[in-house]
Amino acid sequence: MSNNNSFLSNYFHRNGRALGSIGYFVLLMVIFLIGAPEAWIRPNLHQSVFVMMPTLIFLTIPLVFLVASGEIDLSFASTYAVAAYVFALLVKNGIDPAICLVLGIFTGAAIGALVGTLIVVFRLSSLVASLGVLFLLRGVILLLSNSRSITIMEVENHWIYPLLVGNFYGFPMQIFWAAIFVIFCYYFFNKHVFGIHIQHVGDNSVSAEQMGINVNAVKIKAFMFVGIGSAIGGIFTTMITYTFFPTQGFGYLLLALAAVFVGGTPYWGGLGTIIGAVFGVGIIAYMEIGIIAIGWSGEWRQFFNGLIILLALLGHRLHGERVR
Amino acid sequence: MENIIELDNVTKRFGGITALNKASLKVTRGEVVGLIGDNGAGKSTLIKTLVGVYSPDEGDIIIRGKKVNAWNALKARESGIETVFQDRALTPQQSIVKNIFMGKELRYPFGFIKEKEQIIEANRLIREIGFTSKLINAESPVGNLSGGERQGVAIARAIYNKAELIVLDEPTNNLSLNETQKVFDFVLNVKKSNRSVLFIGHNIYHVYDISDRFVILDRGEVVHQLNKDDISTPEELMKIMRDTIGAH
Repeated sequence: MSNNNSFLSNYFHRNGRALGSIGYFVLLMVIFLIGAPEAWIRPNLHQSVFVMMPTLIFLTIPLVFLVASGEIDLSFASTYAVAAYVFALLVKNGIDPAICLVLGIFTGAAIGALVGTLIVVFRLSSLVASLGVLFLLRGVILLLSNSRSITIMEVENHWIYPLLVGNFYGFPMQIFWAAIFVIFCYYFFNKHVFGIHIQHVGDNSVSAEQMGINVNAVKIKAFMFVGIGSAIGGIFTTMITYTFFPTQGFGYLLLALAAVFVGGTPYWGGLGTIIGAVFGVGIIAYMEIGIIAIGWSGEWRQFFNGLIILLALLGHRLHGERVR
Repeated sequence: MENIIELDNVTKRFGGITALNKASLKVTRGEVVGLIGDNGAGKSTLIKTLVGVYSPDEGDIIIRGKKVNAWNALKARESGIETVFQDRALTPQQSIVKNIFMGKELRYPFGFIKEKEQIIEANRLIREIGFTSKLINAESPVGNLSGGERQGVAIARAIYNKAELIVLDEPTNNLSLNETQKVFDFVLNVKKSNRSVLFIGHNIYHVYDISDRFVILDRGEVVHQLNKDDISTPEELMKIMRDTIGAH
C-alpha cells in the first residue's frame, strides 16, 4: 500500500502539471460543446484549428525547454520572420527551396545562438534583452524588405511542398510534422542528456555547475533550439500562405508564451512538460476559434485568453509550490 | 590498515597569511575521522587542500603510499576523494536518481539516457546507505526529502562516483536530532562498506558520536590527534580542545 502511495505521489509529481492542462482542455471542450453544439460537430471548425496548431507547436515546445532552463525569450517572434524572409528571398532568387529551407532553419539557430550568447556571457536579463532583440530584428526586416511582402507561388511545384504542407487524405501534412516534432521533443526533454541538463540548470545552476555541467553551454543551446523552432514555424507558415509578410509572427508572441504557461510549465525553471504544452497550444488555438464559433464577437477573444491564463495559473498553483 | 590519503607537513599561504602550517593528517581505510576546530582554525583550507581545490605550497600529498605531484581537484577525484559541501549541490525539483547521476548520466549512443539502469542503481545505492522508508524511492523528488535525507542523497552520489573517502563539510548543520541521527546512520553504512569519512563539524557532540579518531586544528596547525578509545565522554574531548587551543 505504501509502495503504491509513493508510486502515486511520484507519478503526480512527474505528470500532475500535464494532467492539469489536459483537464483544462477537456473542460474548455465541454463548455464549447454545450455553448454551440451544432458548430462544434462540424469538422471545418476543427480543421481551422489544425491549421493553426502546428505553427504554434513549433514555437511553444522549444520555449518549454528554454523556460525550464530558467530563461525566457521574446525575440522568437522576430526570428520567425527573419527565417521566413531568408527562405522567401532565396526562393525568389531561384535557389532550390529545399536548400532555402535548410538555410532558413540555420538562420534561426544562428540568431538563437547569438541571443543566448549575449544574454549568458554578459549576464543580461533574458526578458529585457530578448525584448530588445525582438524590436531590433523586426526593424531589420522592415528595413530590408522595405515593408513589402514576398510572394513565392513557385514553391507549390517543388517536392517539399506536398511533403511538408500538402494534403494527406484531408489532413494538412504539417499536422504530422508537428506530431513527429512533439514525440521527438518529449524524448529529448525527458530521456536525453540535453533535456535532463536543462532541468538541472534551471533548478539550481550553482549545483549543476558544481557537478560538472556547463551551464552556459546548456542555456545557449536552449536559445538555439528556440531559434530553430521559430524558423520552422515561420517557414511552414510562409509556404502555406505562399507569402512572406514583414509583420509575420508578431501575433504569435503572446499566444506561444501563453501556451507554455497554460500548459503547466512553471516560470521559475527546473520543470517543464511537453505534453502539457501541446494541450496548452490546443487551449489557446481553440480559444481563438471557439469564441467565434459559439457566436460571440471577436472582441471577446483577448478577454477569454486573459481569463484562461489566470485560471490556469491558479489551478497549477494547487499542484504545488516551488520546492527548494 | 591502508592509508587512503596522507598530508605530510602541508603548508598553505595566502599572501602573508599562513592558513595551514605544517599540517599532517592521514585517513585510513574504513575509519571516520572527525575534524574539529574553531572558526578560522583552518578547517576549510585543510578540506580544500585535501580535495585539490588548493595545492600545497610546501609538504606532500600521499595517496595510498605514493606521493602525488601537482595535486589538483581532478587528481583528488581520480583518487576517490569526494566532497559533500554544505549546500550539497542538489537540484530539489528533480528526482533522487537524476541528482545521483547529475552530470554523469549513463548514456546510450546519441546522448539518450539509460533510465531503467539508473533507477535500479539509484535504488540500490540509497538502500545501501540506509534509506529505509518505503515512501522514498529513486524517483521521489529531492525537494520532498528532509535535510538529513538530502545529505544521504549527496553521500549516495559520492559513492556512485567511486568515492573511497567522503569529506562531509558540516553535514549536521541546522538539522534536528532525528535528522542528525539519519546522517549518522548513513555515515556508519559508508564505514561498513569499507570506505572512509572525514567529518567536519562545529558541534563537538556530533563529531564525538560518529568519529573513530579526532583531529583538532587551531590557527592552521594540527594541535592534537587522539583516538576515541583515549577518552570516554564528549566533555573530555571538549576539555582537551580547550586546553590545546591557544596553548601552543
